[in-house]
Amino acid sequence: MAAPRSDRSPWNWLLLLPIVVPLVPALFNSLEPRLFGIPLFYWLQLAFILLGVATTTVVYRMTRSGR
Amino acid sequence: MSTEIVIFTVLFLLVSGMGFVAARWRRANDLASLHEWGLGGRSFGSWITWFLVGGDLYTAYTFVAVPALLFGAGATGFFAVPYTVVVYPLVFLVMIRLWSVSHVHGLVTPADFVRARFGSPTLALLVALTGIVATMPYIALQLVGIEAVLKTMGVKGDLPLIIAFAILAAYTYQSGLRAPALIAFVKDSLIYVVILVAVIYIPSRLGGWSAIFDAAQAKFDATPAPGDGVLLNANNQLQYVTLALGSALALFLYPHSVTGVLASKNRDVIKRNMSALPAYSLLLGLIALLGYMAIAAGVKPIGTDVNTVVPQLFDTMFPDWFAGVAFAAVGIGALVPAAIMSIAAANLFTRNIYREYIRPDATDAQEASVSKIASLVVKVGAVLCILLIDPQFSIDLQLIGGVIILQTLPSVALGLFGRWFHRAGLVAGWVAGMGSGLLMLYNIANPATKHEHFGGSAFPLEKLGLDTKMTIYAGFLALAVNLVVAVLGTWLARAVKMAEGPDATRPEDYVADRDDPRVQDLEVAGSS
Repeated sequence: MAAPRSDRSPWNWLLLLPIVVPLVPALFNSLEPRLFGIPLFYWLQLAFILLGVATTTVVYRMTRSGR
Repeated sequence: MSTEIVIFTVLFLLVSGMGFVAARWRRANDLASLHEWGLGGRSFGSWITWFLVGGDLYTAYTFVAVPALLFGAGATGFFAVPYTVVVYPLVFLVMIRLWSVSHVHGLVTPADFVRARFGSPTLALLVALTGIVATMPYIALQLVGIEAVLKTMGVKGDLPLIIAFAILAAYTYQSGLRAPALIAFVKDSLIYVVILVAVIYIPSRLGGWSAIFDAAQAKFDATPAPGDGVLLNANNQLQYVTLALGSALALFLYPHSVTGVLASKNRDVIKRNMSALPAYSLLLGLIALLGYMAIAAGVKPIGTDVNTVVPQLFDTMFPDWFAGVAFAAVGIGALVPAAIMSIAAANLFTRNIYREYIRPDATDAQEASVSKIASLVVKVGAVLCILLIDPQFSIDLQLIGGVIILQTLPSVALGLFGRWFHRAGLVAGWVAGMGSGLLMLYNIANPATKHEHFGGSAFPLEKLGLDTKMTIYAGFLALAVNLVVAVLGTWLARAVKMAEGPDATRPEDYVADRDDPRVQDLEVAGSS
């Protein structure tokens, strides 16, 4: 008999990272340092997209059912 | 006729043709059932789901309005980026539970779920009505996107807009959810091409990114408004964060987002999409910056309609033929979400009002035909909204829509994780959240648009007697009121021993996947 299916996994905690980090303006509310002339405020928030993609991808691969 | 209009028209008609052919795509056996028409048979894999949900969430209005926000106010408009970063990890574990329980119990709408979970037709009706009311102005706003493009091309009169929506209505009626899924491919490819070209070509013409941001800075320094600027200030940071989080919480409560998710094949498809959908956020972030490019290029909106700045920018910067392609991308981009939204609103009406209150014994074929007609009515309503009322009013309504849809969070999202709340408490919380939310929105003035009421979503905390200039997202505060009342109401209901509604679901229903025998993919509507 297989164990009952569950969504619980320690990997899920990783999802908190891309939820909390983009909501802390202290991290990005600044002009400097610039990247290609773009202020930190804009490029760092765009970079948070990569953080979101990376963490959700890891959690998906570690918890998918078809493994 | 100008080159722009010719290219726009040709692309638009080509795509409309695809919409009609879509009915035959992926061999629909029987479009006369609601599952087939309204959920595309619930068998979409990763790629189609990605295009469908992406096409659904990132709408033409977003593409036009977000840069307009940056154009007008600066950094606060960039909230769209953290909003669309936060949303996917936030709903990652929520949507898979909704998928499972919906597939075990044959649920099509969020209100269906609430009905099954809390055994309360009243609560389900409230959730359904909230969904319909919140979705209608959203559809109307898609027209604002098309209208902005038509205005820039110099097209006069309402007829073109009516024709565009008549075409949309016809192929949605004919093909159901398959039409927007198929068209989303074309729409997204067009938009990706246009935006990539825009963010490489336009900055090179304007002297680079530094020059663009300097121009924006100079513009905001010159205005007397205290809230604008290329960075946030001490008073609008809380608003920025709560608006991003509040919008993220609201997004997957909209019936049309749920429709897209339920149409996917299994839980893994949903999870994979939660990591792939942010590709659109990158696109959105780049599009947002078009607002600053418009400032640097000295673009002026047509009249007072700031939504025309992006079309105007394309018109100034691109050669005619490419501007035509760009306009077509926006126009077609409006059709996909409008189609999905009208289908979702129609499903709500059919499942939770028609079948619940008007004809409980409706057959599948009756349900499907009522849904089709309801989707037509919703679209006609949206067109009338735009033609008869000031477009600004739709934008206000959309703002209200976000605040009110959030009030279904305790029943729908928290309901997926537990059944601690009493149905009476949830109803009381909904009433309190809705009331306080509308009251707050009513008291927000906007001097820029000369609106005394419903002027925005940033609620000044000083109105609550706090000694501060800080603002907060009204929806967020309303949700807090809702939750507090729902908790108190639940305690009260239990204390006086009010009857609990029956829970039709079991814990294992929330984790069932496609290989589970209880998950029935193509079961006909009406047998839940």
